[in-house]
Amino acid sequence: MLLSITSYCSIADHSVVLNGEKWYSAESILSAPDFLTELYKRSRAEYPKFYKMDHLAQLGFLAAELVLQGRNISEEYGASAAGIVFCNSNASLDADLHYFETVKNIPSPAQFVYTLPNIVIGEISIRHCLKGENAFFVQEGFDPSFLEFYVTDLFKRERLKVCVCGWVEYLEGKYKAVIYLVENKPGNRYLQFDIKNIHQIYETANGEING
Amino acid sequence: MADLKRQIIEQLNLKDVKPEDIGDDQPLFVEGLGLDSIDALELIVLLQQEYKIKLANAEEGQSVFRSVRTMAQYITEHQPKTI
Repeated sequence: MLLSITSYCSIADHSVVLNGEKWYSAESILSAPDFLTELYKRSRAEYPKFYKMDHLAQLGFLAAELVLQGRNISEEYGASAAGIVFCNSNASLDADLHYFETVKNIPSPAQFVYTLPNIVIGEISIRHCLKGENAFFVQEGFDPSFLEFYVTDLFKRERLKVCVCGWVEYLEGKYKAVIYLVENKPGNRYLQFDIKNIHQIYETANGEING
Repeated sequence: MADLKRQIIEQLNLKDVKPEDIGDDQPLFVEGLGLDSIDALELIVLLQQEYKIKLANAEEGQSVFRSVRTMAQYITEHQPKTI
């Protein structure tokens, strides 16, 4: 078994890099929420529920859209063999703070549903029909060795045949997403799914938060 | 009813929908505007916030939120009178 990163995407500092090439860059005067809305329009996703998502879910949703564009991994591998593993360091704190504001008046049910970090996984799973293993880890900072170990183990134990994984962080206008599509596809065309490459892609993403 | 449609769009964050896109008798849920259970809760918040109306029981929701017209009728009948 040789796991490869068959596609990867980073969204940070108002820039989007897809498979090592700049895909979109916006002016820094845009607020982070406006940038995400602009990116959604450019992605041509046509998924009105996007507007109801919190910022963390929007960010993860967009990164997954780009990494999975032109693919239907649930059909290719079977929905139960397609999974997601995400991590960040602030969980759903951004949504928690917004919800807390509404509690002072009438609590918003629509904001309450996003006060868990793994909701972003649910949104992506619904969109792409992924029904395999999923997990969201809250860590002090991005840990490439943990991600490599955990995802590789899922493949070794034949729980997954394809995995969308990586880092998705959004807090008070600061954000960073680095998402990898991992498959058992050996070959020179792809980067190997190892600690060095995971770390390098994360580090070279534009802008940084917690890492 | 145009005001109510605007409030629904704002409350539910329906960015791609304009008031004129919503028919007075168009079903709000499932086959109509496609709203879900969380949207139903937000509509209850809307009634409370904008019109000071509390739904007496959840069963009522099904008939009240059938369309914009049924919502408007419920608001007219239940809005607290101002002296």
